[in-house]
Amino acid sequence: MNTIIQAIVFLPLIGFLIAGLFGTSIGAKASEYVTSGFMIIVAVLSWIVFFDVAIGETEMIKVTVMRWVQSGSFDAEWAFRVDTLTAVMFVVVNTVSCLVHIYSIGYMHHDANRPRFFAYLSLFTFAMLMLVTSDNLLQMFFGWEGVGLASYLLIGFWYKKPSATAAAMKAFIVNRVGDFGFALGIFGVFVLFGSISFETIFATAATYLPAEGAHEGGEAVITLFGMHLDKAHAVTAICLLLFMGAMGKSAQFLLHTWLPDAMEGPTPVSALIHAATMVTAGVFLVARMSPLFELSHTALMVVTVVGAITAFFAATVGLVQNDIKRVIAYSTCSQLGYMFVALGTGAYGAGIFHLFTHAFFKALLFLCAGSVIHAVDGEQDMRYMGGLRKHIKWTFAMMMVGTLAITGVGIPFSGIGLAGFISKDIIIESAYAAHSPVAGFAFTLLVIAACFTSFYSWRLIFMTFYGKPRASHEVMHHVHESPMVMLVPLFILGIGAVFAGMVFEGRFFGHEYAEFWQGALFTGPENEILEHFHHVPALVALSPFIAMILGFVTAWYMYIRSPETPKYLANQHRGLYQFLLNKWYFDELYDFLFVRPAKRIGTFLWKEGDGRVIDGYGPNGIAARVMDVTDRVVRLQTGYLYHYAFVMLIGIAALVTWMMLGSSF
Amino acid sequence: MTDWPILSFVTFLPLAGVLMLLLTNENSVAGRRNILNISLFTTLAVFVLSLIVWWSFDKSNPGFQMVEKHAWLGTGISYHLGIDGISVLFVVLSAFLMPFCVLASWISVEKRLKQYMIAFLLLEVFMIGVFVSLDIVLFYVFFEAGLIPMFIIIGVWGGKDRVYASYKFFLYTLLGSVLMLLAIMAMYWQAGTTDIAELLAYQFPRQMQTWLWLAFFASFAVKMPMWPVHTWLPDAHVQAPTAGSVILAGVLLKLGGYGFLRFSLPMFPLASEYFAPFVFTLSVVAIIYTSLVAMMQSDIKKLIAYSSVAHMGYVTMGIFAANTQGVQGAIFQMLSHGIVSGALFLCVGVVYDRTHTREISAYGGLVNNMPKYAVAFMVFTMANVGLPGTSGFVGEITVLVGAFRANTWVAFFATTGVILSACYALWLYRRVIFGALDKDSLKSLLDLSGREKALLYPLIVLTIFFGVYPAPVFDATAASVDVLVNNYTAAVQAAHDVALSAK
Repeated sequence: MNTIIQAIVFLPLIGFLIAGLFGTSIGAKASEYVTSGFMIIVAVLSWIVFFDVAIGETEMIKVTVMRWVQSGSFDAEWAFRVDTLTAVMFVVVNTVSCLVHIYSIGYMHHDANRPRFFAYLSLFTFAMLMLVTSDNLLQMFFGWEGVGLASYLLIGFWYKKPSATAAAMKAFIVNRVGDFGFALGIFGVFVLFGSISFETIFATAATYLPAEGAHEGGEAVITLFGMHLDKAHAVTAICLLLFMGAMGKSAQFLLHTWLPDAMEGPTPVSALIHAATMVTAGVFLVARMSPLFELSHTALMVVTVVGAITAFFAATVGLVQNDIKRVIAYSTCSQLGYMFVALGTGAYGAGIFHLFTHAFFKALLFLCAGSVIHAVDGEQDMRYMGGLRKHIKWTFAMMMVGTLAITGVGIPFSGIGLAGFISKDIIIESAYAAHSPVAGFAFTLLVIAACFTSFYSWRLIFMTFYGKPRASHEVMHHVHESPMVMLVPLFILGIGAVFAGMVFEGRFFGHEYAEFWQGALFTGPENEILEHFHHVPALVALSPFIAMILGFVTAWYMYIRSPETPKYLANQHRGLYQFLLNKWYFDELYDFLFVRPAKRIGTFLWKEGDGRVIDGYGPNGIAARVMDVTDRVVRLQTGYLYHYAFVMLIGIAALVTWMMLGSSF
Repeated sequence: MTDWPILSFVTFLPLAGVLMLLLTNENSVAGRRNILNISLFTTLAVFVLSLIVWWSFDKSNPGFQMVEKHAWLGTGISYHLGIDGISVLFVVLSAFLMPFCVLASWISVEKRLKQYMIAFLLLEVFMIGVFVSLDIVLFYVFFEAGLIPMFIIIGVWGGKDRVYASYKFFLYTLLGSVLMLLAIMAMYWQAGTTDIAELLAYQFPRQMQTWLWLAFFASFAVKMPMWPVHTWLPDAHVQAPTAGSVILAGVLLKLGGYGFLRFSLPMFPLASEYFAPFVFTLSVVAIIYTSLVAMMQSDIKKLIAYSSVAHMGYVTMGIFAANTQGVQGAIFQMLSHGIVSGALFLCVGVVYDRTHTREISAYGGLVNNMPKYAVAFMVFTMANVGLPGTSGFVGEITVLVGAFRANTWVAFFATTGVILSACYALWLYRRVIFGALDKDSLKSLLDLSGREKALLYPLIVLTIFFGVYPAPVFDATAASVDVLVNNYTAAVQAAHDVALSAK
């Protein structure tokens, strides 16, 4: 098993090195085959590990590779820790990555830089695997920033486009804002627990808080930013700092601005990184650190609120976007919000379950969108699509599967439904059932968001595939179905999107919960969400279904029945429409609040601080005084070196003389 | 290995190169090649010797090793050399960077090549001398003498404002030097010795520590350079030839940090503790202030120079956090910065040699015709940003852990550096490397030559190697740093106990 795990993590790295270093000499074809071939092996091995660790008896496997940073008690090594949570991530990451590699062979076949593209894809996979296998926070941070680097490189893959390189930079920097919190969280964990290795943290965390009934508060264990915090508050503070990292990576409200722009990258990248895997790293982080988050109700409440707001906010923006990829991007953002609500209400299993199913149907949607874009010659604006249904039948069929899955189509109360139906319903029910002051708030927003999800997903289908073609005659003439190398991955993901929910529900968040997770997700003794969510009122259980129907009908009415309505509504509510179309003006706000002031301050400090004050009163000032006196610039300018040597020599001579005299006494 | 004076060899071997250079004549092609070969060979030999030093260094021994001691003039001053875990790697770093400097000057230095190389070899003597000196007078001589070749390198082979730049450099360092000399005299007066090992064991009275600390601080802060005495650095870098910048950023900036570790912290622990908040403030200001300034620069070299100041802010912060992580991280950060910033200046040199401009706006789209260069520059940019997996990360994160233990506010502000560094570094990369190749002046540029590959590829390997496996550095420094930190803590603790019992 150890060898298998090493192979899973290192094969993508080897693939990256081969394609990256020798890509130009071995050629594009060879690079594609090597990296994709490795990924097929890795995907198969991942399922073997999944069956062994998650389904089977093995509780946890640890493989130590070598030492890394070790300074005093701050000790992190390279090691792989594979428990059920990791095994689930293995399956998600490697299955999607493998399919995206294969799909890209078709999608990118016109591009001159294919070796580089496949190298980046494999690099990303490696970094993501380092993240999910980490056994300490520092290695996780390595994977965390490593996927950030891969994302940066892939968003900026078409480096000639200024918009692409700007988006790449933005993604990296906004993620860094999150990482700022994550890093501080790591330091805090180190100070509180004396270690950053998961084993020590989890073992200590279990008995960390003084038992209830013990006197209130306790002594201050850390002084954080001027606040003297006792144990409970310290844990809350640290969880919130870690969550800040999660918000950046998972594009949660306030740190979400990079994700839509990230769509500048090639579409397979959007499917792999900005939908199925990297953006779920934040969810993984919170789930991994569940032993800490379980200790802090406040932190969990924040997670719930942020998740709910994101789910709602992103869905509202998704309603009016015209770029096919941006609609799906906002949908991703919104679905990530769902996952965080699940985590925040203590239903970690439900959160990871949604992560798992979402990976299939969202990757499917993105790859289908890629197939559409491929068909219409690179056009991404849905206003120039329409009527494609008959031309690209397979793509249309698979896109329908994805849409049915994300909108949550299924038969209420039967347990039969597509992936999104099962996992999303569990989250909404958990939100209702949770004993949290914000449960009602989260439940309401999630149901509204479910309605919006249905609307924008069907709107996308209707605008793209139905109605009259709005593309130019030229483009419509060339519309063609994608080759098999692109379609097969769609079929496989389609199977996942249909069945992943039904097959795995019991294990992720049902009767076999305990045997499946084997303690990989920690829940405190008072956390009984697994029991409670079964007993919600029927109307609550039915609410997401109703919301879904409502969204579908509205979309059908507005884009099939009466296509004039959207324009009329947009004109009628100009302000609201612009507000949503411009994404609540977050980019403009941040530009005003951060970007421009930073540039202004930078210039000010440079010209005024360094230039006028420091140099003005320092060296230049002195020079000016000297010149006033001597008025002999030439001598000054050529003489300084000799002055210096002279001063130094005189000094040394004086010192030596003095010491010789001194020692003779 | 200890029976031959290996440290003297490492230190003075470059003089043999100087002697040979004096015999050459550069007025012919063959003569020019001779000069280059002699210089390269000498610096490589020194580097090999320094590796032997590292290899035979006993990392479990926290004290001074390979000691050589000879009385000198019967003055109490002695020729006393030795290394410990704090200094050994700086010797290696200095010796390591020199061959790169020679290679970097292969073509770009057209006039007075012989004198240029002599200056560099002398500079190497003085730099290594600083790190191996165990007598404070000897230290002072090397420390100050090293600046003279640097003045000359900037002043003779520099850019068009070289005179202003070296003048500024001179003014700043002069003040620090004078004060340090006074402090050394005072120390001798008080302790009756100039031997560093003995001074380390001597306890200076509290009041005196304060003054001595301030005097040393004046000198080291300028060298670091710390805000607000940093403005000489951008000018010096911009004017210096590429190799000069490499040494300036790679080694000379480390003299200040080394001085803090060798003198300020262990000899004046009480003053260090007293002034720590002051140093923290300056460090944090440096990190934020110079990062913002770096962002707005229009000259590539200036941008990297300002980012150096920010990175040195981490170093001073780590040193005065005075715990294991802070100090070890600071040492690591200095070594890593030596490699990374040196490499970044070499990268600038590569394009400067082709276009003779450093204006960012003159570039754009280099990735199209210089893909190998783009990769190298990307690696060093990411190391500068502190991406995990590069050496830059290891130093930065360890320092920050140390700072967080000392004071969470300091760590908070310093960590904003991870955001700001991404801003200036990636923006630079975007403007220089990415984009379409529109500018005519750039269209004919060739990718890295064989010589340039030999310059940059080893540095890429090292940057990643130490990012993934930093253990050799941590192992070498651990024992000495432990002793340093323990002594410091004990001294501070003792003073507190005394203060408490006096109440």
